[in-house]
Amino acid sequence: MNKKLTKVLATSIAAVALTSTLAACGKGSASSNEGSGEIALWTHNAGNPDELAAVQKIVDSYNGSQDKVKIKVQAFPQDSYNDSVVSAAAAGNLPCIVDIDGPNVPNWAWAGYLAPLELDTDLSKHLPSTVAEWDGQPYAVGYYDVALAMMARASDLEAAGVRVATMEQPWTKEEFQDALTKLKALGKWEHPLDLGTAGTGEWLPYAYSPFLQSFGGDLVNRDGFQSAEGALNGDEAVEWANWFRDLADQGFMARKSGKDSTQDFLNNKSAIVYTGSWAADKAQAALGDDLVVMPPVDLGEGPKIGGASWQWGVTSGCSNTEAAMDYLSYSLKPENIAAVAKATGAIPASEEAAAQTPSFAEGGANRIFMDFSREYAVMRPETPAYPFIATEYGKAVQDILNGADPKSTLDSAVKAIDANIKSNGGYKN
Amino acid sequence: MKNQLLLKNAGTMLVRVLFAVVAAFPIVFMLVSSLKPDQQIFGDMSSLAAFLPVGNISFDNYGAVFDRVPAARFLLNSVGVSAVTVILGIFVNSLCAFALSRMQVRGKKIVFTAILATLIVPFQTLALPLVWWVNQLPYFELNGFSLEFSKGWLDTYQVQIIPFIANAFSIYLFHQYFESIPKELDEAARIDGAGWFKIYRQVVMPLAGPATATVAILTFLPAWNSYLWPLMVVQSEELRPVMIGIQYFFQLNVSWGEVMAYASLITVPVVVLFIAFQRSFVNSIASSGVKG
Repeated sequence: MNKKLTKVLATSIAAVALTSTLAACGKGSASSNEGSGEIALWTHNAGNPDELAAVQKIVDSYNGSQDKVKIKVQAFPQDSYNDSVVSAAAAGNLPCIVDIDGPNVPNWAWAGYLAPLELDTDLSKHLPSTVAEWDGQPYAVGYYDVALAMMARASDLEAAGVRVATMEQPWTKEEFQDALTKLKALGKWEHPLDLGTAGTGEWLPYAYSPFLQSFGGDLVNRDGFQSAEGALNGDEAVEWANWFRDLADQGFMARKSGKDSTQDFLNNKSAIVYTGSWAADKAQAALGDDLVVMPPVDLGEGPKIGGASWQWGVTSGCSNTEAAMDYLSYSLKPENIAAVAKATGAIPASEEAAAQTPSFAEGGANRIFMDFSREYAVMRPETPAYPFIATEYGKAVQDILNGADPKSTLDSAVKAIDANIKSNGGYKN
Repeated sequence: MKNQLLLKNAGTMLVRVLFAVVAAFPIVFMLVSSLKPDQQIFGDMSSLAAFLPVGNISFDNYGAVFDRVPAARFLLNSVGVSAVTVILGIFVNSLCAFALSRMQVRGKKIVFTAILATLIVPFQTLALPLVWWVNQLPYFELNGFSLEFSKGWLDTYQVQIIPFIANAFSIYLFHQYFESIPKELDEAARIDGAGWFKIYRQVVMPLAGPATATVAILTFLPAWNSYLWPLMVVQSEELRPVMIGIQYFFQLNVSWGEVMAYASLITVPVVVLFIAFQRSFVNSIASSGVKG
């Protein structure tokens, strides 16, 4: 054998060896092996060890309760979770069970990712905002919800001569204006109010569309979800936009707040922070009895907050739908829901579970969030167009805050939303 | 006259120092904040203390990073993926550039132009079709002594490496550098009995050190910073690279101290690499007339 041939052979062998090594050590374990009775479950909880551990405990308990299937958990970071799922769907590689941010459920159902739920659980006992429906059928169900609220220090309100807002008597628009004026006059804060205006993505519609709804507007006409005309650019919506921008123009809030509003509030950089139930334990630990949790402002149509958080669904391509549904039914037992609520501090999805969760049981420290959720929650529009609507609304919010004309900005958003709905055939099933 | 020159030099130096300080601020802030608790990070924000390791300083955030994220595994994955991409990238792209620069092949100008034209297409537009394609590719793995074939490269190491080996910009850099190496050297080697591969390996490549260093850095950086692609094609935690890890920290209650600690951990290798190759990098960029 000549020298040249030896070299060619040696190079080829090295190349094959390299590729083999990569191949042998490289295949991950996320893909489920459904043929062997294994079902993959994807969750957004990587980096959230408490909730992930609670989910894993439910899975372990289910796996130990029967020997037909094994559920295998794969966790992804929350901010990039949707991209991972959409890519997997494009490649036809979705797992059997996924968790989904509630407002995205209709879109995923419409896109054919999800199958309607057929569970052995009475979903009517769950908080309405924890069950996502589309086309009259439930497609996802959650263990919990979260609720928005306004937090302040009782001592600051007292010093400014402002009463504490309650569910029985929330602040009106005029009272809110008066409260902010008095708080600003104390001179303790550059901006007494922090509405989290540095937020991006889903925060914008989640946090600010309830104000719009409290004025009487909405993101889209909910009768058929075929147009946003009148809802998002009518008189009430324009009134909301002017009010919202005025909060910044009058110096009550920053056009772009700090990156972490709760932390800024705890560092006494604001008097009132608009945040959610997820911040309650941290604020309670820092401020103790001085912390007051108040409902959002009643801007005309009563206080409103966004409904729906992360929920579970079964994918339409799952080869063992029956087992996936069986697992979901098992996971929705009150004790499992209570365990997740204890781990996360989120609002348990049912009264039965709340009764097993001290902070959310009647008289519990966080019970007020459950009451907010029950009384004020408005589902974000249950239409496959929602992700597009949310993006357009988010852009409009930022433009208005930065000085754009409210009416023409909202008109543009409506035009874009209507065009999108039309170009998708009305998102009909 | 001498005093004037000294004054001018001092002025130039001062401007340089000012630029250096401004450029270093974010990195100093990151390193310093990684040692502070969250409340202090925000408390110090409005003063110079934000850039000074003062107050309640500890390595607690670094400990918490390893509790929250399998950071060592992610670092190892990124080092492995980036290193293999760089090594194979240098080999494949320099070979391609060598052929285009040295061999007399009909149509090579068209081939070179076509390769350069691919630079216009942004990766984001190719990403989704590429996901579909890599999921169609044959896959084999060793199971004991037998090879098992299946379909799809998703959730593997090679899907993070192989699509990024061939790179038009690297080919261009090598090509331009090879053009500056006298062809007489090839001819002399040929007279001594060298073949194409020997000329490539023993004549041209040893003279192309700066270009190799530049390609190494320009291949390493996107491989290390890779985010969108692994997000789309890797589902298993044990295969994820470092950039995906940063997302683990963005929960409803963000711990900024941990974010800064993790960011410091993943920035250090890049800074070390850049410092190591800095001279070659600058030389090569200057000689190829390319602005980064």
